[in-house]
Amino acid sequence: MAGPVQSIERAAAILRLLAAGSRRLGLGEIASSLGLAKGTAHGILRTLQGVGFVEQDETTGKYQLGAALLHLGTSYLDVNELRSRSLNWADALAARSGEAVRLGTPLEGQVLVVHHVFRPDDTLQTLDVGTLLPLHASSLGKVLLAFGTATLDPPEEGLRAYTRHTLVDPGELNRALAEIRELGWGAEVQEMSMGDAGIAAPIRGHGGLVVGAIGLSGRVERICDHRGRPLPALVALVRDAARAISRELGATRW
Amino acid sequence: MVERYVMSIDQGTTSTRCILFDHRGRLVSVAQREHRQYFPRPGWVEHDAMEIWRNVQRIVPEALAGVGADAAQIAAIGIANQRETTVLWDRRTGTPLGRAIVWQDTRTAPLVDALRDRPGDEFFLDRCGLPPSTYFSAPRIRWLFDHVEDLEKRARNGEVLFGTMESWLIWNLTGGVDGGLHISDPTNASRTMLVNIRTLTWDPELLDFFGVPRPLLPEIRSSAESYGEARALLPGVRIGAALGDQQAALFGQTCFSPGEAKCTYGTGSFLLMNTGTDLVHSRNGLLTTVAYKIFNQPTVYALEGPMAVTGSLVQWFRDRLGLISTAPEIETLARTVEDNGGCYIVPAFSGLFAPYWRSDARGVIVGLTSYITKGHLARAVLEATAWQTREVVDAVNADSGLTLKQLRVDGGMTSDNLLMQMLADVLDVPVVRPLVAETVSLGAAYAAGLAVGYWPDMEVLRRNWYRAGQWLPDMDPERRAYEYESWKRAVERSLGWIRPDDAARARRSGQ
Ligand SMILES: Nc1ncnc2c1ncn2[C@@H]1O[C@H](COP(=O)(O)OP(=O)(O)O)[C@@H](O)[C@H]1O
Repeated sequence: MAGPVQSIERAAAILRLLAAGSRRLGLGEIASSLGLAKGTAHGILRTLQGVGFVEQDETTGKYQLGAALLHLGTSYLDVNELRSRSLNWADALAARSGEAVRLGTPLEGQVLVVHHVFRPDDTLQTLDVGTLLPLHASSLGKVLLAFGTATLDPPEEGLRAYTRHTLVDPGELNRALAEIRELGWGAEVQEMSMGDAGIAAPIRGHGGLVVGAIGLSGRVERICDHRGRPLPALVALVRDAARAISRELGATRW
Repeated sequence: MVERYVMSIDQGTTSTRCILFDHRGRLVSVAQREHRQYFPRPGWVEHDAMEIWRNVQRIVPEALAGVGADAAQIAAIGIANQRETTVLWDRRTGTPLGRAIVWQDTRTAPLVDALRDRPGDEFFLDRCGLPPSTYFSAPRIRWLFDHVEDLEKRARNGEVLFGTMESWLIWNLTGGVDGGLHISDPTNASRTMLVNIRTLTWDPELLDFFGVPRPLLPEIRSSAESYGEARALLPGVRIGAALGDQQAALFGQTCFSPGEAKCTYGTGSFLLMNTGTDLVHSRNGLLTTVAYKIFNQPTVYALEGPMAVTGSLVQWFRDRLGLISTAPEIETLARTVEDNGGCYIVPAFSGLFAPYWRSDARGVIVGLTSYITKGHLARAVLEATAWQTREVVDAVNADSGLTLKQLRVDGGMTSDNLLMQMLADVLDVPVVRPLVAETVSLGAAYAAGLAVGYWPDMEVLRRNWYRAGQWLPDMDPERRAYEYESWKRAVERSLGWIRPDDAARARRSGQ
């Protein structure tokens, strides 16, 4: 096993130092308190600032703990912000795929639909932003589960079977989630309602943390081939859109 | 077969974008670059026209590279631009004579106040359809003549060219000092205050009035026709359209029939309704403007209601009050409460625009009680945009005799679902968001594509338009009426705050 990572130890020390005092500290104070070179301390502070753990006062240039630290346990990305930053990519995905597009984030054991783009065919459709989908039976939910963004709390009587294809057996579901992690995308084929299917991929923020999922859904015969497998061309479109939004949110490697 | 595209160049206030669209009107490539904003004095806003042209020279190849296309695959170029921003340049050297004065710039306020006094609004409304305002270009030309030495004399000698951004870009694209075309289109030219709104030609009386010599001005062509071939950047590609950005958005939203309207919600918001080939003079404080002129077909007009402070009120809430850290968080905050708690914000930061046009108004927050939280304020911020739209829509309906049946929306604020629902509620019509959010660029591309036959007719364009989202009215009529009345009472309280000598005092201290 590798030893501790020095820069993370130093970052932790900086955070402790800032948390200990009641006032803001300058770069010089921080560096000398911890016996670090100014350049080293500055590099760590800039990184901590980038993830929102540290804030710098505009006028004095001094540092304090960032607001993001206070909200570590809660989702750090506002859902309306997520919609706003995804808008163009979600539209493009609907235009290219010809299917309806939705964005989801976890909410109390379910998937909250935070954005919905109509299927571009001018049929009557209703916006379902704000509605909730089941985690284990929607493609958005399965992706959120797979990447640890949401956790499932199965009720005593077990997971609900929406159709005969819904994955209700914990072992089966776990295998499906492992596959999603492996592939980087997930699908739901007639698992929520017969005749429908969906494909989704994770949206990542800073550091690769999955903050939501984007996916398309429609009639199974348009989403899948005759053997019930999602069409590779659609999968590629969904993954492209997810990657584009992730980059927009500051994820660098995806 | 190689795919062909139409290219649009959207020269906007903060950035310039180059987008390629395919036959189905789908966006296939984007490149964008911001330019610097200069604020040399309070109320002054300037751009460097040279920087903007350099940005165009960069983004055009970038957009091509985005899909691996070459110039031969571009069927036509369409240009949309920030309106009324004024640039003068030297005909022989191609160098701008000073920085471009941006539409937001209010340095001509004293001149405009004087014009509204004498000869008065009617004189101008009759001829150019516009009341004097710091928006428009003619007062800026006058200001430049009065403040830059020799400029007026050089202009009279034909050494100087005037243009809004489309003229500047087309002149440069078509060769610049080496035979560049000096042209404009009716949507842009009609916002100078120098064009006769009926004939769409430079009006001798207005030219005389502002002391603008004819050789300074571009030739007015149609909004969509093949103007000529580019010589720089994309040699041989035809330039097929030029439209002011708001008119381009109307076109991109395919509002081709009388009564169809769109509103673009950004920093400020602009509602335009197509009024067909009839020129409608507003009795309710709207601007009469040209919607578009396609080839030699009859000119189509529009009524326009500009709202100065909409998205910028959200920015103010974020940057000045610090109650949110990003604009979209306003929705999150507003959803923490059920209603506005009786609180209204009238954002008359620099007076009220359409339909009031009262420069003596200033912003107010009314209905404050100890019950009001930041959530209520956030709601009041969003409602301010909704009610301003309602007032403009009422004016548009009254002036045009047409009734708005649905509102097509675009712009950055349309990502706000709460605001979109509020709009449907207060307007009592469906609010519809199209699949292509880049309506300004799309409109310029559509017009250019029509000009060169890339698209056969406007019907085809209509079929490209898809609904991406729709919000239906869901508000009790009694409550709507009560809230509207409350809003109007709030507006009354904003009027007359500035006293005549306040303005003079501010001016003396360099405002
Ligand atoms: N979710 C939102 N809710 C309310 N206002 C928003 C939201 N997102 C962006 N805005 C506002 O929209 C404006 C940006 O829209 P945009 O169309 O990019 O403007 P412009 O083209 O005028 O620069 C900003 O003023 C911002 O405050």
